Amino acid sequence: MAETKDFSRFAEHPASKQAPVDLCLTVNGQEVCYSIDPTMSLLHFLRDKMKLFGTKEACGEGECGACTVIMNGEAVTSCLILAVEAEGANVLTVEGLAGKNKLSILQEEFIANDALQCGFCTPGLLMSARALLDHNPQPSDEEIQEALAGNLCRCTGYVPILAAVKAAAERERAELKS
Amino acid sequence: MTRHSDYKSKYKHVGQPYSRKDARKKVTGQARYAFDLELPGMLHGKIMLSPHARAKIRSIDASAARALPGVKAVITGEDTDLKVGLYMQDKKVMARGETRYQGEAVAAVAAIDEKIAEQALALIKVDYEPLQPVTSLDQALEAKILVHEDINDIPHLEGIFFPQPDSNIASLNKNRKGDVEQAFAESDLVLENEFSLPAVGHVPMETHVTIVQADPYSNHIKIWSSAQSPFALRQMMAWSFGIKDADVEVYIPYVGGAFGGKAGIHLEPLAALLSKAAGGAPVKIRPSREQEFNQLPTRAGMRGRIKTGVTKEGKIKAIKVVYDWDSGAYADYGVNVGKTAVYSGVGPYEVENSYIDSRTIYTNKVFSTAYRGFGHLETHWTIERQMDIISQKLGIDPVELRLKNLLVPGSRTISGELITESSGSPTDCLNAVVKEIGWTGRKTDQERAKEWKTGKVRGKGFAMLQKAPAMPTNTASSVIVQMVGDGHVKIMIGAIDFGQGANTIIAQIAAEELDLPIEMIEVVDEVNTNNNPYDWNTVASKFTFMGGNAIVMACRDLMKQMKEIAAQILRTIPENLRHGEGYIYHVHNPERRVSYKSMALGYAYPDGMGIGGPLIAHGSSIADGLTNMHPETGHGHPALDWTYGAHAVDLEVDVETGEITVLKVASAFDIGQVINEKLTYGQVTGGVVQGLGSAVLEAYKFNDANVLMNPSFTDNKIPTMKDMPLEIVPIYIENPQHDGPYGARGVGEHPMISIPSAVGNALYDALGINFHKLPLSPENVALEILKQTGKIA
Repeated sequence: MAETKDFSRFAEHPASKQAPVDLCLTVNGQEVCYSIDPTMSLLHFLRDKMKLFGTKEACGEGECGACTVIMNGEAVTSCLILAVEAEGANVLTVEGLAGKNKLSILQEEFIANDALQCGFCTPGLLMSARALLDHNPQPSDEEIQEALAGNLCRCTGYVPILAAVKAAAERERAELKS
Repeated sequence: MTRHSDYKSKYKHVGQPYSRKDARKKVTGQARYAFDLELPGMLHGKIMLSPHARAKIRSIDASAARALPGVKAVITGEDTDLKVGLYMQDKKVMARGETRYQGEAVAAVAAIDEKIAEQALALIKVDYEPLQPVTSLDQALEAKILVHEDINDIPHLEGIFFPQPDSNIASLNKNRKGDVEQAFAESDLVLENEFSLPAVGHVPMETHVTIVQADPYSNHIKIWSSAQSPFALRQMMAWSFGIKDADVEVYIPYVGGAFGGKAGIHLEPLAALLSKAAGGAPVKIRPSREQEFNQLPTRAGMRGRIKTGVTKEGKIKAIKVVYDWDSGAYADYGVNVGKTAVYSGVGPYEVENSYIDSRTIYTNKVFSTAYRGFGHLETHWTIERQMDIISQKLGIDPVELRLKNLLVPGSRTISGELITESSGSPTDCLNAVVKEIGWTGRKTDQERAKEWKTGKVRGKGFAMLQKAPAMPTNTASSVIVQMVGDGHVKIMIGAIDFGQGANTIIAQIAAEELDLPIEMIEVVDEVNTNNNPYDWNTVASKFTFMGGNAIVMACRDLMKQMKEIAAQILRTIPENLRHGEGYIYHVHNPERRVSYKSMALGYAYPDGMGIGGPLIAHGSSIADGLTNMHPETGHGHPALDWTYGAHAVDLEVDVETGEITVLKVASAFDIGQVINEKLTYGQVTGGVVQGLGSAVLEAYKFNDANVLMNPSFTDNKIPTMKDMPLEIVPIYIENPQHDGPYGARGVGEHPMISIPSAVGNALYDALGINFHKLPLSPENVALEILKQTGKIA
């Protein structure tokens, strides 16, 4: 039984022996081109090729949300997306959230509301929250819960996360007006 | 008593809601975990797990795996006889000759990448002879099959744990006080019940990742690990390998959640063996989520059989309980969980006559270990449900019944400890949550029947809790404080901040003691056993108390040093000096002052002459006043600090689907002194929701062959954001403990304890049905409703 278990989904990307393909995309505002194994996931591309270690992996099968990034404006679990699917795409990771030498409002509110403890799920939660606020600047509690329900957090009990997203939404709206 | 939103601290720094020190790194993706680490020449380790719960290993053929290009090492149980353990040394690094649970390591491979390691595992041929496993507590107690045939010879901590001969009982721990049989005879009501709960997982978001480099030319072993106790890991590693503590170096980067499951030692010995076999290359093992569920330890399932005698006025006369812990295949740490039941197993009540047997039992399941507040969520599920049922039978309000029996100053616990004002007040906790939840008494049958017709029924319930750190009597912590040239302070501790906030609260206490802005104090955030001072373990809600006392001591020593130097500089005596805001100044004339900064690395007079030297201080604290417990009676002094608490739950249950919606949880804890309001709030919200996971969602499910059926997030769910209560109200009670730092007690684990009990009690209020088994999942609740209403048999 153990022999047939597939651990590879939770692994550094294994070489498939297929011919490499070219991949060009925009990551955190920067255009990049790599030659990659066509079976590589977007998550492993970000971590293993681009060495962006902020994006985490905690289940490898799209159940926990730790690997969430924003691709073309939508929050996606990057462990379930092939890197080649991101050809030409615009990808935002946690490393791209802050402005130049300044944290974003969302990041500041995560800190102020203590929306993190161990921090392992935090990058994924920030990206899901960012995507939500981009689509819906004034979400209700239920809408926040719905949008973030795919991101597991074992530490905080989610209450401070909900508070942080609400506070960030409010500040971002105020900033837009001014 | 203060609702969290109204909390105001009387101190400048202690109690203030400062943001956690490591938050910036964690919101920017800069925090590095063992999961993220890559080392030069690093190999990847993979582990083959037993598919059988119990089997003889007839033979292992790893020749094809060894021959695969890219494979650098293959080890099997035949290659190693090393044991791992502390309390009950019953476990080998790898199964040898037989497997005792599905998920046990039988072989391991190190290769240049994970795919090759994976392929190599598939080439290893193991010839198993499956044997009948021990699947249940009752079967284990029959002792027809012994999980450990060598039970009579297993080395263990003698006088603390008591393995029973020719049995599956890893330890029988006892409490005896008064005469329970006599007291039952004198009771107006004697009530017997059985309560149980299944095994659950800790589920840290980062699995038990480890990297180990073992020098093939010496005994030296270097470890980078997602572990919560670097010094315990060092000690246990040295013990396993028969080397010196000093041969082992442990580095702990950021840790992605722990909850007790990362205390002690886990995959490090396996990685070390692989590294050594591979010529000393570092080997990284990253368990998959499935592997984490299958291989790594759980919280034990438990069954509590309780008999309580009470007077008709509601005073408890006697409690007799047998707690049976399903510890799975190994009980190294499980026995310590079982032990807590003999001093904490009647809850925070005054009980004159008690009789507790706590049996930690072997079965052929994944083994168990400490999990947040270990032993206590389980025993309180028994105690607090039983209290609720007693109140029903006697027709006494459940709050009244508890108030009649709670520990008060002058009471003695079942192990004989005297309770004083300094112990804190369970009564204050209960009164606080009763007020917050708006309790007006239990629902009548008529009210229930009326509500039932709407399809949704509301109910409120209460539960008390207590816990003291479960730890050796001589547990110790230490800290080092150094001042850098610009007057900033760097602190090194031996505990790990895995999110509970250890670094931030230590900085706050130092800020208070030294009267410096919090920004000027940094706790070094990666701990290693070479540089950082010793700490026994980061567990048991003990660090705020013990590390807090150590940092107070260190800061006072630093201050004494500064005042002695300043006295020379200012031509006075230290007794005439005061400190504040970075200066030592004269009590009568504050203009006579000298800055910390000017003394930080040694003071230089205007003519260049130097005095003093770099400012450095340390603080050490050891658990004060603890004794081992008497082996027959369980009497002694087990508790450094009891933290008492109470929960009130208001919920709504759908009578068709059995689904519970938790509307409000009010939770009060007598923590003596809040050290950081924001972090305390987070411990409460996080603990309450983790407790709700145990209450309504989580359970390991095994088939008849003891194979775990739900080793994934798909089938073994933990709470999501949709499962959080609509409202959680933490309430802080501050009756100081006089030997705690600023009067504080620990609270890291406590919010989780008794949440299932409070939910169960609220369910009774809602439905008039008593539940005895966890989880209170929709299917279990709906089925019970159907049974009780006669719709199914």
